[in-house]
Amino acid sequence: MTERPRLAVVGAGPAGLAAALTAAARGVRVLLVDAADQAGGQFYRQPAAGLGARRPHAPHHRWRTWERLRTGLERHRAAGRITHLTDHHVWCVAGESGSGGFTVYALRGPGQEEGVTVRADAVLLATGGYERVLPFPGWTLPGVVTAGGAQAMLKGQLVLPGRTAVVAGTGPLLLPVATGLAAAGAQVAALVESAGPAALSRRLPALAAQPGTLAEGAGYAARLLRHGVRVLPRHTVLAAHGTERLEAVTVAALDRTGRPRPGTARRVRCDTLAVGHGLLPHTDLAETLGCALSGTAVRVDAEQRTDVPGVWAAGEATGVGGATLALAEGRIAGQSAAARLYGTAPDPRRWAAADRTRARARAFAAALDSVYAPPAGWAERLPDETVVCRCEEVTAGRVCEAVGTLGAGDARTVKLLTRAGMGWCQGRMCGPAVAGLTGCPLDPGRRPFARPVPLGVLAGLPDTE
Amino acid sequence: MAGAACALYAARAGLEVRVVDRGAVAGGTTGAGEGNLLVSDKEPGPELRLALLSARLWAGLAQELGAAVEYEPKGGLVVASAPGALAALRDLAARQRSAGVTAVPVAADRLPDLEPYLAPGMAGGVHYPQDAQVMPALAAAHLLRASGARLHPGHTVTGVLRGADGMVYGVRTDRGDIHAPAVVNAAGVRGGELAALAGIRLPVLPRRGFVLVTEPLPRRVRHKVYAADYVADVASDSAGLRASPVVEGTAAGPVLIGATRERVGFDRSLSLRAVRALAAGAVGLFPFLRQVRALRTYAGFRPYLPDHLPAIGPDPRVPGLFHACGHEGAGIGLAPATGLLIARALTGKAPELDLTPFRPERFDTQGGNDGESP
Repeated sequence: MTERPRLAVVGAGPAGLAAALTAAARGVRVLLVDAADQAGGQFYRQPAAGLGARRPHAPHHRWRTWERLRTGLERHRAAGRITHLTDHHVWCVAGESGSGGFTVYALRGPGQEEGVTVRADAVLLATGGYERVLPFPGWTLPGVVTAGGAQAMLKGQLVLPGRTAVVAGTGPLLLPVATGLAAAGAQVAALVESAGPAALSRRLPALAAQPGTLAEGAGYAARLLRHGVRVLPRHTVLAAHGTERLEAVTVAALDRTGRPRPGTARRVRCDTLAVGHGLLPHTDLAETLGCALSGTAVRVDAEQRTDVPGVWAAGEATGVGGATLALAEGRIAGQSAAARLYGTAPDPRRWAAADRTRARARAFAAALDSVYAPPAGWAERLPDETVVCRCEEVTAGRVCEAVGTLGAGDARTVKLLTRAGMGWCQGRMCGPAVAGLTGCPLDPGRRPFARPVPLGVLAGLPDTE
Repeated sequence: MAGAACALYAARAGLEVRVVDRGAVAGGTTGAGEGNLLVSDKEPGPELRLALLSARLWAGLAQELGAAVEYEPKGGLVVASAPGALAALRDLAARQRSAGVTAVPVAADRLPDLEPYLAPGMAGGVHYPQDAQVMPALAAAHLLRASGARLHPGHTVTGVLRGADGMVYGVRTDRGDIHAPAVVNAAGVRGGELAALAGIRLPVLPRRGFVLVTEPLPRRVRHKVYAADYVADVASDSAGLRASPVVEGTAAGPVLIGATRERVGFDRSLSLRAVRALAAGAVGLFPFLRQVRALRTYAGFRPYLPDHLPAIGPDPRVPGLFHACGHEGAGIGLAPATGLLIARALTGKAPELDLTPFRPERFDTQGGNDGESP
């Protein structure tokens, strides 16, 4: 018997785990490459081992699914079918000319200073998503955190970001963040959601097709009520205030067109503002491999294959839709990759259940997407002096000047003329804001290095291509 | 950049100017460049004369436009690691001096005075105070604004309009015709395509370059620093990868490391081989860079002509058509002189220097042999 084919799965969140387990069960040797020190991704983020959590599942839901994934991973690892490479921060995946194989380039070690390469016959990208945060006056004050960041602190470090919190922005993530904070003992002064309740009810048919998740939402709502959290739909945070750090936020109601209603602004005292405006797919690795995108997500076919032979993608990277969708996509991708690596065409009937879940979850995600939108005209209301790009300290005024007087009509030219997006985060944070101010659609942008790489690592790369 | 400079000098010569671009301001090679204004890398000859004229013009433009274009007269430092390379470098410097370049030999033990973080053990170097830098995208945008020219971004030229007498009277774009008695081809790597629309041949081809950009750092690299091999790379006709990098700090903080030279057509996909060569070269010059992180890398395409000289001036084959393209990797540096020479030609005035070496039709007289294939 020849050596078993090798599949590199990048990302050990729900999609990556499901794919790894599925492919391993079909005889593929899986290299599960992940940046964290434990599997789970953002969704099933585990408390650091040293914290000795007695109730690690307290901040989580769907704990039993996680337990099944974890047990499966342990079993496959013990049997040598999955190699779990933790603390491996992947910065590039490249196809090898000739062999048709792939090399995964990662950084390891506490300072991410050691270069590691992993070879595989095929690659499955389960790189997840990252948070979109739109700027507003005061958003750079200490005490303003991202919604996902607040949740990561709760799940991973079992700590609260502050004592009195406001959760604001838009999207389905705000509910679990608010309940999580409240359950952990923070006083949640308000949950400020720019989408209106009517918009949600109009989408009820699609939402009702996903009863589990809807029930989950209802559960969150009940818990918020129990904790006495004030929910403010069709409201927005206009500004954050404070001298040294956050002391209060100004909240206003939005009218039917999504603009703040005059006379409704009021101050809410808080020391923490957890803010988020939805998620965006991580597509850097896919783009460098040459995979086509569809909008801001990696384009895949019914088998979760990208248009580059040997490259699959699953989970938020192919379109943000939550853990249920990610698990279904991961299972399908794992089966397809396993069959194709053994030179056979996969039988879609084998993933009929996952396919139904995927279809339902995608329709649900599309419905949510049309409901949760940032308030209309947020970009025009941004004062000139508000910093948009934190890395390079570029203000909204400078972006508008580049558009207005220097002739920039797209995000790339704005970047060239203002440096917005040239800093440490490479525009992941400010990209949506710059696109909004420029009046053009969000361009995922090219980032050949998915994360910063020491020049010493680059200089020491093997001399092959 | 070349187009912006032509617009500025033409407007200052009293002409009404319109600028047509298929993309955005600085959307092509300009936006991918490092902004090198170099005299140090040029052999005595027509390109060096153009570079020296440009260096004077850039100093004047910098006074006018202030800090907006991030002009830095930082000077260049070319270093040689071995005695053989140093002898060749000193010889080049002597010839450059007789052509009007300021080139100051630096002994090995004086190199740390100029660059304290330079790798030890170098044989010596030459300091070129006339080398300078601008931020190319800002430079193009501010030159265009200063020109007062009307911009037509996002307009792709689809034809050159010519009358029955053969005279040019404007361009056709995908969004309508623009009439003008003179058309300047400053289309960079697309300059050959534009010439083809006018029915003539101008063999402009792309030569790919990758640039590495590091995280922002306090200023540790003071000059434009490169190894003596760089000059050989620039002049090389090889299609293969050449990667002797120029290393420099920038006003904004990051260190720029660029650039490779490769002829691979318009392929923008990441080449780890190119990136590796750049990083190795930079770390060889400045060992502290080993721990410094590269935040990004990007590719650009230098527009080159077979003899590595640009095409500047009127095209006798198409009356009314002028060329200002094919500057290879030196377009930012050579732009003001190009713009000034074009403005002189457009207004029928005598040029500052002899345009014969830059004649756009010169490749027709070489029996159609470009001397190389892409």
